[in-house]
Amino acid sequence: MKKIILAVLAVLPMLAIAAGPSMDLDKANNDLRDKASLKRGFEAYINNCLACHELKYQRYNRTFADLGISDADGLANYMYTGEKVGDHITNTMPAKEAAKWFGSTPPDLTLEARFRSPDYIYTYLRSFYVDESRPFGVNNKVFPDVGMPHVLQNLQGVRTIDEHGNLSEATGGSMTAEEYDEFARDLTNFLEYTGEPNKLERESMGYWVIGFLFILLFFSYLLKKEYWRDVH
Amino acid sequence: MFSNLMAWIEQRLPLMDAMNKHAAQYPAPKNFNFWYVFGILASVVLVNQLLTGVWLTMNYEPSGDGAFASVEYIMRDVDYGWLLRYMHSTGASAFFVVVYMHMFRGMMYGSYQKPRELLWLFGMLIFLVLMAEAFMGYLLPWGNMSYWGAQVIISIFGAIPVIGDDLTLWIRGDYVISGATLNRFFALHVIALPLVLVVLVFLHILALHEVGSNNPDGTNIKKPKGSVPPEEQSKFTFHEQYTKKYDIVDAIPFHPYYTVKDLVAVVIFLIIFCGVMFFAPEGGGYFIEAPNFEPANGLKTPEHIAPVWYFGPFYTILRIIPDKLLGAVGMFGAIIALFMLPWFDRGTVKSLRYRCTAHTVNLIQFAICFIILGVLGTLPANPLNNMIGTIASFGYFGFFVAIWIYSKNEKTKPVPERVTG
Repeated sequence: MKKIILAVLAVLPMLAIAAGPSMDLDKANNDLRDKASLKRGFEAYINNCLACHELKYQRYNRTFADLGISDADGLANYMYTGEKVGDHITNTMPAKEAAKWFGSTPPDLTLEARFRSPDYIYTYLRSFYVDESRPFGVNNKVFPDVGMPHVLQNLQGVRTIDEHGNLSEATGGSMTAEEYDEFARDLTNFLEYTGEPNKLERESMGYWVIGFLFILLFFSYLLKKEYWRDVH
Repeated sequence: MFSNLMAWIEQRLPLMDAMNKHAAQYPAPKNFNFWYVFGILASVVLVNQLLTGVWLTMNYEPSGDGAFASVEYIMRDVDYGWLLRYMHSTGASAFFVVVYMHMFRGMMYGSYQKPRELLWLFGMLIFLVLMAEAFMGYLLPWGNMSYWGAQVIISIFGAIPVIGDDLTLWIRGDYVISGATLNRFFALHVIALPLVLVVLVFLHILALHEVGSNNPDGTNIKKPKGSVPPEEQSKFTFHEQYTKKYDIVDAIPFHPYYTVKDLVAVVIFLIIFCGVMFFAPEGGGYFIEAPNFEPANGLKTPEHIAPVWYFGPFYTILRIIPDKLLGAVGMFGAIIALFMLPWFDRGTVKSLRYRCTAHTVNLIQFAICFIILGVLGTLPANPLNNMIGTIASFGYFGFFVAIWIYSKNEKTKPVPERVTG
């Protein structure tokens, strides 16, 4: 009994570190295996985000390869400013000027999904509302006093906030609410991919490695049994 | 031909003799339990850190401008770079898990008591160097938590009167943490400290083999020569280094018996290790913290600066004491107290199995307080947390005071002559 208590005490610190901070975020429910969604997210990113937010640790050709796009198709459909396919996904916005325009330089978003979380990005994209006190006339529920305008307003429409903090649609955009949620989910999915392009490979390799280790465990246990027959 | 070559070498450098002395004919008590696997596991993790470290160094760029990007280069462009990096980052946390378990084993079975004081001191030095090694390694990814974590820890040295400010300047090599700090931490992390660590591990093992392994019963397996009838002695062959002076009982050769047994432990450990590494390499934000995915920024503090989890207990002791200097004294005192454990404990019975009930209670309260301090170290400071932290700190230091008091005239149970299985 004492042994068990001591063993539990020793293992406790590992459990104690398992709990993390929580925030009131909507679930993105994105799926990294959904290549069509990743492609739509990539396209949405190129068209709506890249002008200000770089993905400077991620290369075009790596993205093409992982998303099942040929280099030729990629060059024709996703690269507009004459880069080479091996280049990082960057823009030409001058950082110093941008800081003047927006109050701070728009951050690189390659690792945003790991820095915040996919759920944060999904919620953020759906949490803009009208706030005339802000320079661009909008604010964000999960990022108070955000510096950027709501660049997706023509897609989502205009939303207002009531005194309880609930958002409601004032004027519709070119997308229905469901279409916009899907759009935000695709973008989130793509950013989770750029955060760690090897994530799926890592997990699938994990099953093989751990499977092998269980086989090794079986044989090493038999080996131990065999040797320890001498010990009395 | 081959045996001639071996004989030729053996005459000039007795390698086989050393192998026998330290493995194939080393007498290890036959009753080692679960708690005795963590020394081997620590060696496995050390080798993992050394090897993956070498390959990471090949692609890492130690400069303020390039460090963060080079880590992402390793994660994306280097073949299996992500695997090497996760092996290294998961290994850092695993190192502390196994080392804390290893130390607790020593405390439970009195492995620090005479004649093993020096062995304990080498172990504590390893722990100290390991903390320095981990701290410096944590700066290298040059994420924002790396930066601000280092800022907080280095500023502790600023609390030292008179020389404090100059000392922090000397450690940083700059007025703030900068590329200069990164470069020197890199040099210390990849060569100076690992070298010291390996030498200390070598000495730790030599010191162990000189005095022999303790066991869960805390009995002595080396009896005076001629005191044990031959049929009672261990039937295995041991090196004459040990049999010259002693009759050996209840022992088995380390190799092959414990090598095959430890192999099972290593595989179980690797299954858990790989489970974390492949499926949760961030360790829930405690092995790799989310703010570290943003590059170091001297103008932007993370919302909540916390040291990595394994520094938690000592960081909490530092933080609950309002005076900065006294806090630093408390923190270093907590480590020094562990160093001095062989002299706080005045008892002669080693294992908690045969010591007084107060000792078991004391050990359990120490373990609980240590865990509470560790958890608090990762949480923000507030009055409630500080109050709990203060109580747990009293428990931590109280352990040493209590053991000093009750170990003087302790009511112990009779220790068996031979191990109990």
